[in-house]
Amino acid sequence: MSHATQSAFAAGLLDTAPPPAGVTAWNSSSPTRRYGVYRNNVAASLTGALAARFPAAERIVGAAFFRAMAGAFIHLHPPHSPLLLAYGDDFPDFAAAFEPAREIAYLADVMRLEAARTRAYHAADAAPLDPQALAGIGPDRLGGLVLVSHPSLSIVSSPHPAVTIWAMNAGEMPVAPVPDWRGEGALVVRPRMIVDVVPLPPAGVSFFRHLAHGYTLAEAACAAMEADAAFDLSKNLAILLRTGAFTTIGRDQDDEDRDHA
Amino acid sequence: MIPSALPRRAGAGFKPEHFAAIIAEPQPIGFFEVHAENYMGAGGPPHAQLGRLREDFALSIHGVGLSIGSMQPLDRAHLARLKTLCERYQPESFSEHLAWSTHDSVFLNDLLPLPYTQETLRRVAGHIDEVQDALGRQMLLENPATYVLFAESTIEETAFLAEIARRTGCGLLLDVNNVFVAATNHNLNPSDYIARFPLEAVREIHLSGHSETVDERGAPLLIDSHGTPVRDPVWALYAAVIDRIGPVASLIEWDNDVPAWPVLRDEAAAAQRMLDAAARKTAA
Repeated sequence: MSHATQSAFAAGLLDTAPPPAGVTAWNSSSPTRRYGVYRNNVAASLTGALAARFPAAERIVGAAFFRAMAGAFIHLHPPHSPLLLAYGDDFPDFAAAFEPAREIAYLADVMRLEAARTRAYHAADAAPLDPQALAGIGPDRLGGLVLVSHPSLSIVSSPHPAVTIWAMNAGEMPVAPVPDWRGEGALVVRPRMIVDVVPLPPAGVSFFRHLAHGYTLAEAACAAMEADAAFDLSKNLAILLRTGAFTTIGRDQDDEDRDHA
Repeated sequence: MIPSALPRRAGAGFKPEHFAAIIAEPQPIGFFEVHAENYMGAGGPPHAQLGRLREDFALSIHGVGLSIGSMQPLDRAHLARLKTLCERYQPESFSEHLAWSTHDSVFLNDLLPLPYTQETLRRVAGHIDEVQDALGRQMLLENPATYVLFAESTIEETAFLAEIARRTGCGLLLDVNNVFVAATNHNLNPSDYIARFPLEAVREIHLSGHSETVDERGAPLLIDSHGTPVRDPVWALYAAVIDRIGPVASLIEWDNDVPAWPVLRDEAAAAQRMLDAAARKTAA
């Protein structure tokens, strides 16, 4: 069998063409329905992989809409690796530009949160930072600390209440009208075996993003304050310690000063 | 080369939703089998569960993504991931399929059929040599459930598998449900297929359910769906196989509409009773 025969067989699976020449059955020289079993398996298994990663999105748009959207995505972006646990990282971006879903403005952000959850699920294990590790550090050095993110950490944000909408469609809270329609952010992290989604207070997204990018505590707090004057440092520090979003104290400002000297 | 060496007992495909029930009490299960690709993340619950299971049970790692039947070179990165996984968990057996699933760079996530010719035989044997060299262990190759045939095929599937095993030293994984499904789909007698199968190379058996439909001419079309109990004619074929070759590691696969653990465990127990009967007969 030449590579070309497999090319023809594969091409028809992501399309609606009749079986390629030379594909037969005992009772037919063009077994459309039999060949269609393979096409159906490909579509159903890949759609199933996406539905397993994006269950809240499926619940929001309904099974039929989700299947159609997944089908369009699979056609344009089939997987390029047998590691399906990572398939669909770019499905939220696809959904954001998917014309029939345009009216559901928050859909893509809910999907970004779901993608972050599965990434966290499979991320490397690491022990979270022991809150006591900070206790021994004098207040004069605290601001210069740099923290190392937990391998599972993502910070998601949306101009819509995407975290609340996700929670309602993931069985975390009852589905009801969203009382306060405004932007939301959350940490997604798996300090041990359970993936946590932790809603962030105002400017928490800015604070944690700066920390995750290697800025010092003082720099991250200043940036958060600038983003929103309502930023509450002690509340955000409590989240930092409670959630296990960071694993260790990295280089602090004193190290940097020494390096630059 | 480490030989494939599962216990000659009944096993079950491991599903994460069964983990708590499985570790809650001793289980009458000879081994568990997992799909390799589900354990290729860096960490998290999949590895924690598999590590825990491995403490108490023999393990079969079953690949579904290597595309051994592909007419293009094997994916070296994927082979390296399989090697890492086998080194980490030291399974009693590693198996894959006589099928392909990747073409060019697209992964189609289904076990696709190939024609059986001298050319494909050479190619598949070369891939199996490469896998066995990389892993340092004997692999098992599984017969596929197929829905179509190829005009260009010149070798019977059973002869193809026998020659692959002879050339490479690999063992065979005889999926009895696949035999029944494929034979029915190609209007053949499944017992004739078994009679021609190189049973001496079989190191594991798979049992599972299938669903039934028809083609556009009304002829039966069976689908390897892994979503129901093992069907009676498949049990009958299985009994005939182990009657001939004696007890062999036998796995119940249930991947869709997965039932509660006791249902799967009872299916495995049914296979174990048949293995026990075969063992008594062998001893007699």
